[in-house]
Amino acid sequence: MAEFFDIYMLPVFEILGKILLIVLPLLGAMAYLTYAERKVMAAMQLRQGPNMVGPFGLLQPLADGLKLFGKETIIPSASNRAIFVLAPMLTFMLALISWAVIPFDVGMVLADVNVGILYLFAVSSLGVYGILMAGWASNSRYAFLGGLRSAAQMVSYEVSIGLVIVTVILVTGSLNLTEIVMAERTWWMHLLLFPMFIVFVISALAETNRAPFDLPEGESELVGGYNVEYSSMTFALFFLGEYMNMILMSAMTVILFLGGWKVPFGLEWEWLTMVPGLIWFVLKICAVLFIFLWSRATLPRYRYDQLMRLGWKIFLPLSLLWVLVVAGALIMNDALPMPAGVEG
Amino acid sequence: MAKDNVKIKDQTQIKPYTLNFGPQHPAAHGVLRMVMEMDGEVVERCDPHIGLLHRGTEKLIEHKTYTQAIPYFDRLDYVAPMNQEHAFALGVERLLGITVPLRAQYIRVLFSELTRILNHILNITTYALDVGAITPSLWGFEQREIGMEFYDRVCGARLHANYFRPGGVRLDMPAGLAEDMYSFAEDFPKFLADLEGLLTENRIFKQRTVDIGIVSKDEAMDWGFTGPMLRGSGVPWDLRKSQPYEVYDKMDFDVPIGTTGDCYARYLVRIEEMRQSAKMMMQAINDMPSGPVMTEDHKVTPPSRADMKYSMEALIHHFKLYTEGYHVPEGEVYAAVEAPKGEFGVYLVSDGTNKPYKCKIRAPGFAHLQAIDYMSRGHMLADTVAIIGSMDVVFGEIDR
Repeated sequence: MAEFFDIYMLPVFEILGKILLIVLPLLGAMAYLTYAERKVMAAMQLRQGPNMVGPFGLLQPLADGLKLFGKETIIPSASNRAIFVLAPMLTFMLALISWAVIPFDVGMVLADVNVGILYLFAVSSLGVYGILMAGWASNSRYAFLGGLRSAAQMVSYEVSIGLVIVTVILVTGSLNLTEIVMAERTWWMHLLLFPMFIVFVISALAETNRAPFDLPEGESELVGGYNVEYSSMTFALFFLGEYMNMILMSAMTVILFLGGWKVPFGLEWEWLTMVPGLIWFVLKICAVLFIFLWSRATLPRYRYDQLMRLGWKIFLPLSLLWVLVVAGALIMNDALPMPAGVEG
Repeated sequence: MAKDNVKIKDQTQIKPYTLNFGPQHPAAHGVLRMVMEMDGEVVERCDPHIGLLHRGTEKLIEHKTYTQAIPYFDRLDYVAPMNQEHAFALGVERLLGITVPLRAQYIRVLFSELTRILNHILNITTYALDVGAITPSLWGFEQREIGMEFYDRVCGARLHANYFRPGGVRLDMPAGLAEDMYSFAEDFPKFLADLEGLLTENRIFKQRTVDIGIVSKDEAMDWGFTGPMLRGSGVPWDLRKSQPYEVYDKMDFDVPIGTTGDCYARYLVRIEEMRQSAKMMMQAINDMPSGPVMTEDHKVTPPSRADMKYSMEALIHHFKLYTEGYHVPEGEVYAAVEAPKGEFGVYLVSDGTNKPYKCKIRAPGFAHLQAIDYMSRGHMLADTVAIIGSMDVVFGEIDR
């Protein structure tokens, strides 16, 4: 019995514990991301933001969550019930499972997969299904248009994100996220990757349906787009999924371009290196998230065809060209990383 | 068999995607309902349905005395109340043949221009909201609130002023108001610069508005456009210049004219109009003489409280005025003002009694809205929203 426990049960508990260790802080982070968003935008818009529930309104996210829990789940009679309910679950689930491969510090990762970046890419591509299903199953014209927009948008930006990732892989020579962070980068590599960093952040905005690419929701045109028919927890799951994806995309940006948990700018002062890597990782994610919030308060919304033009006619050729440029530069400087055992 | 299949395919008709836009829609600017026929995202036909805010104002006015009719004008275009009272007051004054004291004329110009600023702030910021920019509306409302306070101080109400009366304005401005309004007008261009920083050169904003909803000069006139809609298309027509009323002929101001006739041109025209209005407010305050603010003819305007205490005649005037009202000589008149949205006109027919026989109201938004189908055809759904925003429709005046 003890043997059975040691061999089978203990690892299960260990994994479960690790999952909880990731998911619970993540849910908290997500809740307080909504709070941060409201506070940041309020500051930019000459407002107060939430300040009534708890000190500085700090309990507002909890109140909002409770409110959503307490609401009635309305399922429109004309909708396809099964898909209607499945869609938000799928969105939320996909937003969560990506975190399995995200390294928070050296070795601080649930699954240290060798193709981590491909896994992330695949999961984030699946995200569109949740929205598409929601738009279709709602059987509402606004939701349907929102679903269509979302599908087109996510597919377009996925392509350029893929190519951006290729440039990073060229430089680091690995698909493993930990190794991508640990790979040595010289100053000209950073310089070379900087345009791709910008393309990636903008594509991340589009990928997560955030302003100025929030067309699937399109408040002033589509009234709410794919989630117009959703209420209560089904809506909350979409909402959670969206914010979770924001954090995920920020984490990806940090891992791919900003050196993950390493001290920024390669500084080696003792009081900086003493800070745990996890803290640096979180701080960097916060900095990228601020861009998300900032752009929402500043920019108007793109039109559907303009968004497509940006994706297909500007980002795609640019990132394609950049793959060549990066590869060329690496070969010229004889810096192309080679897998172990292969002579350069 | 194969041939038959082809034939059936040829006959297949694709039904347009019909979308019911509003009346409960954040971009409907009130209660506009549009039935749109779309090909994907492209609007093929756009059919506006109005009347959801119809209150029968014109008919109600026929059963009210001239004094009682004024509040109805506040409730037409509730974003620019005083300008509409102005048109009615001008009409009644012309029928009565009375002149307004100079100070009252300056106060009217001052508040008309303040109202123009308030209206354009609301329009431009909600228009920005329609194309997805959230922040301008919150910045704008901060300024708008200051303007509303001026309304409050001069007439006691933030919105439904009931301040311009036939014969002048209800009361003189309280002490200190002129100075505060002057400093508001002085600081206003700073706010405008901030607002423009968010929008005017913003690439996304320009992509969303340039070449959207183009109306040529001739078409603008054919559709009966007035105000910024007409001037955005390049027609130099402003009632303040072409048929000056009150003291507009003494004012030094420019009328901005657009060249392209698209949503962006209309936006630029409104921005520049706000600058000119702020300039005019300062002029009006500087040039304002002292003196009465109501005509002294107490058959039409109420006597002062003090007079009523000892003058029998004043007491009778007061009683008659607030029970029966005044009788207006038989005749008809069309009085129009340059309201922020365009030419706001009142056509009054008087049969010599104390109530108007007929009061036809010409609302600029009504003429603008009829062009929505023409303007949005072939554009995308999101452009239709931008076009509605640039039209500056308010349903209080369209449905009346």
